[in-house]
Amino acid sequence: MSVRVTRRDFLKGTAAVGAGLAAGVGFPAVIRAQGEKEAIKVGVLHSLSGTMAISEAPIKEIVLMAIDEINKTGGVLGRKVEPIVEDPASNWDLFAEKSKKLLLQDKVAAVFGCWTSVSRKSVLPVFEKYNGLLFYPVQYEGEECSKNVIYTGATINQQATPAIDYLMSPEGGGKRKFYLLGSDYVYPRTTNKILRLYLTKVKKVPESDIAEEYTPFHHQDYQTIVGKIKSFGAAGDAAVINTINGDSNVPFFKELANQGLTADRTPTMSFSFAEVELQTLDVKPLVGHLASWNYFMSLRTPENLRWVKAYKAWCAKHGTPDKQCVTDDPMMHAYVHVHLWAKAVAKAESTDVDAVLRALEGLEIDSPVGKYKVDPKNHHTWKPVYIGKIRSDGQFEVVWKSKGWVHPEPWSTVTYPSRECDWSNGGKGTYDLVEGKHVWLSERK
Amino acid sequence: MALRTEVVSRVAVGLLVCAGGLLPRGAAAAPGAAGPDIRVIAGQLAEPATQATAIAALGGLTDPAVEPLLRALKDGALYRWNTGVAVLGDDGALRDLAGRPVLDSRGQAVVPREGQEAVALEEASFGRVQAILERLQVFTGDPEARRSAAFKLGSLRDVTAVPVLAKALEQERDARTRTVLEEALAKLRLLAPVAATRADAARALGRLRSESALAELRTVLEREADPTTRQSVQAAVQSIDSFVFHRSVVGYLFNGVSLGAVLLIMSLGLAVTFGLMGIINMAHGEMLMIGSYTAWVVQELFATHFVAHLDYYFVIALPLSFLTAGLVGLALELGIIRFLYGRPLETLIVTWGIGMIFSQSARLYFGDQTSVNPPTWFRGGVEVLRGLIFPWSRIFIVVLALGALAALYLLLRYTYAGLRVQAVMQNRSMAACLGISTRRIDALTFALGTGLAGIGGCALALIGTVDPEVGKTYIVDAFMVVVLGGVGKLVGAVVASLGIGLANKLLEPAIGGTAGAIYAKVAVLAIVIWFLQWKPTGLFPSRGRAATEAAEAG
Repeated sequence: MSVRVTRRDFLKGTAAVGAGLAAGVGFPAVIRAQGEKEAIKVGVLHSLSGTMAISEAPIKEIVLMAIDEINKTGGVLGRKVEPIVEDPASNWDLFAEKSKKLLLQDKVAAVFGCWTSVSRKSVLPVFEKYNGLLFYPVQYEGEECSKNVIYTGATINQQATPAIDYLMSPEGGGKRKFYLLGSDYVYPRTTNKILRLYLTKVKKVPESDIAEEYTPFHHQDYQTIVGKIKSFGAAGDAAVINTINGDSNVPFFKELANQGLTADRTPTMSFSFAEVELQTLDVKPLVGHLASWNYFMSLRTPENLRWVKAYKAWCAKHGTPDKQCVTDDPMMHAYVHVHLWAKAVAKAESTDVDAVLRALEGLEIDSPVGKYKVDPKNHHTWKPVYIGKIRSDGQFEVVWKSKGWVHPEPWSTVTYPSRECDWSNGGKGTYDLVEGKHVWLSERK
Repeated sequence: MALRTEVVSRVAVGLLVCAGGLLPRGAAAAPGAAGPDIRVIAGQLAEPATQATAIAALGGLTDPAVEPLLRALKDGALYRWNTGVAVLGDDGALRDLAGRPVLDSRGQAVVPREGQEAVALEEASFGRVQAILERLQVFTGDPEARRSAAFKLGSLRDVTAVPVLAKALEQERDARTRTVLEEALAKLRLLAPVAATRADAARALGRLRSESALAELRTVLEREADPTTRQSVQAAVQSIDSFVFHRSVVGYLFNGVSLGAVLLIMSLGLAVTFGLMGIINMAHGEMLMIGSYTAWVVQELFATHFVAHLDYYFVIALPLSFLTAGLVGLALELGIIRFLYGRPLETLIVTWGIGMIFSQSARLYFGDQTSVNPPTWFRGGVEVLRGLIFPWSRIFIVVLALGALAALYLLLRYTYAGLRVQAVMQNRSMAACLGISTRRIDALTFALGTGLAGIGGCALALIGTVDPEVGKTYIVDAFMVVVLGGVGKLVGAVVASLGIGLANKLLEPAIGGTAGAIYAKVAVLAIVIWFLQWKPTGLFPSRGRAATEAAEAG
């Protein structure tokens, strides 16, 4: 019972859609009358099996919870929201197939989905061809700005570069050498390309003080690499920037601990694992290492406390063990973007993709991390950045927070100083500023 | 070679320990008799005008009273008392610098007056106080914290820490901490204005094989004007360089052997089921997974029922994983595989499907959120050379792989059951004629193979992942080892896994670059392919059932 109350409070607080909002507009009677109306279908496209299930399954849960909240308060435009859950099974081709099915057969108004950059790249042509609307909740490498995607996760300047700033600051240990270690795919490669430029050009770190290394997916043997890191950081002035994906983090951190490399001397800053993944690891070897995100479950804001409580209740209702019932950054983005979509639909009074996209421009919403808004132009979002230190209970202790929210840069100013993205008022997406004039990428050649 | 270097460095450390008493004299002569000063300095803390100077002076002292004094100042628990200061105790009464309660003329404990404000710490001095408090960590009870603090002091290039380090070294009894302290002290003395001190420091760092000072030594070398000091710095750099080189060779060899052991334990079971019996068991990876999950289940049981003996879960898990995987294997053989003998393609497809069923069942039943925590006695490792640690878990896997291999060899070679297994594998009809139940032998041999896989999975959980997909990461390597080794011979599996392990771990640093790990794997696969082109039957071809069948078929 108390759960329902808090949830309602929260919804009011977050100014989300539903009865509260509709009542505010003044149509309480209409809602009942329109209760018979056909439901609005939305797609949920997250892997529930295969390698990515560990990270993506909780996202599906939180999206369903957000939809449930919306429906409990009357739905959108007086219509219920009906989620259609598809399991693309961590298979990139299947992502494209399923999104085609959702758009053409189910005619969904929006899709909440994808995790890896590969899966996003594989559905992108489908959404662009059939003018769909995809909400993507995960931090990514940027260099993309599609008309049909709302990117709620962090861009490089909302996660990676603040992490470097922190490590180089006195509180962060004044690190001067960086070991960029990642899995061999697009996200780590692009992130590290940008970070290398950032370190050398902006931070004036000499090339010789940057090491870069990639390992294959599911790599299990990190002996040599940890040995190298140890030599690299022997003087205690180095940090590891970790973009290793998924299961390989386990052998990596076990090896770090066993070879006596402590967070105290050579801290590891990770961008790809949060609370959910932490629950799968033996936390002891990880204690003291760092991560950079837009959200941590341990935040003590009233909004977050309410949200976590609501999710715990959801877990209890759906039989998820309490130990596995944690919230993290991509879940926060996924939860917020469902409410963002609903708010935009209510504002546009339509589920038409173009109308909703226009309504989303500059749209603000309350979230577990406070104020949260969609950029008026580039389809990315504004949010704060936090750096946390892993505690022995698998949670993060916040050691640094950005001053207010940080603007999104889909094209990093380090790699592309004059490239930006604008979809508002007849904007055509990505452009280069050449002598003060917009040169749209889509119009080249 | 490695051992000798180790002995030399031990002796060097020993000598330094003997000479330890000499070290502080030059550096810490001034604050030697600090006792009477501290109360005067503490009094100066109370005045904003003199506070900064007083803090600076305290930073050079090694008196045990400095820490509580500064901590009180930082926490706002320092009060003026008479002409000096007193610290507010936990009981609300004031104490003097030695920790004794402050008494007034009537012998009563003194508490701060109503409205009396604590001595304020100037904001500009906050960082300085924090730094001094951190530096005083070299005196705490926990040796790990002392080492960490000493290391930090050594790399901060703050020469005012020299007296503190010298004092700490004088008191230190723990040998490892002494080494760290000596190293930190030498690093700071490398910045000294006197050339002779710098030369001494360089020699000390050379003796200590201080890799952490290497970068600093190189920069000193660039600007050093004094020729003798230059020489000692040069010598130190060379000796550290050569030590680091030798150490990395030892490290690479260990990495290779350890990867070899991992491959061996991964493939030993397959060497039996595929090697001896000729069954292409694509579910072998999932048999390893069953072992890993057994370890996890036992760990969880211990965590809920026998928390006090949590570490011992592994002792139970290891044999239990053999049993579980063995029983699953037995059921598989009796239920499915025995109907597919002689039909390798069908076996391949069916076992692959079984693997997928197992993997998805594990996901449904256990979920993805599982982790096996090694028992505490497998944490960390043994420091073979300074800075080179062989993790206990890896040493254990090497020992376990050898143990399992020896047990298997003895079983097959010297027991009656093993003899019958060999008989059936070599000549089935003859063995049947002699009254051996070949069906039963088949089932038991297969169970033995999967049981060994179970042990492997349990051990690999110490260093790797436990998740439903883990089998797929093992299966390719396991087949590679068995095929390269030559189907049917145990010695083949041993030589192949060691060979692949060493090749992989020596190629990885040799290739280097940003993708050493990737290209090393590619290179190893290429070498294996080339080798199999040249010798299709592998390193040690044999006359097992698979071989004879293949020959007959050919």
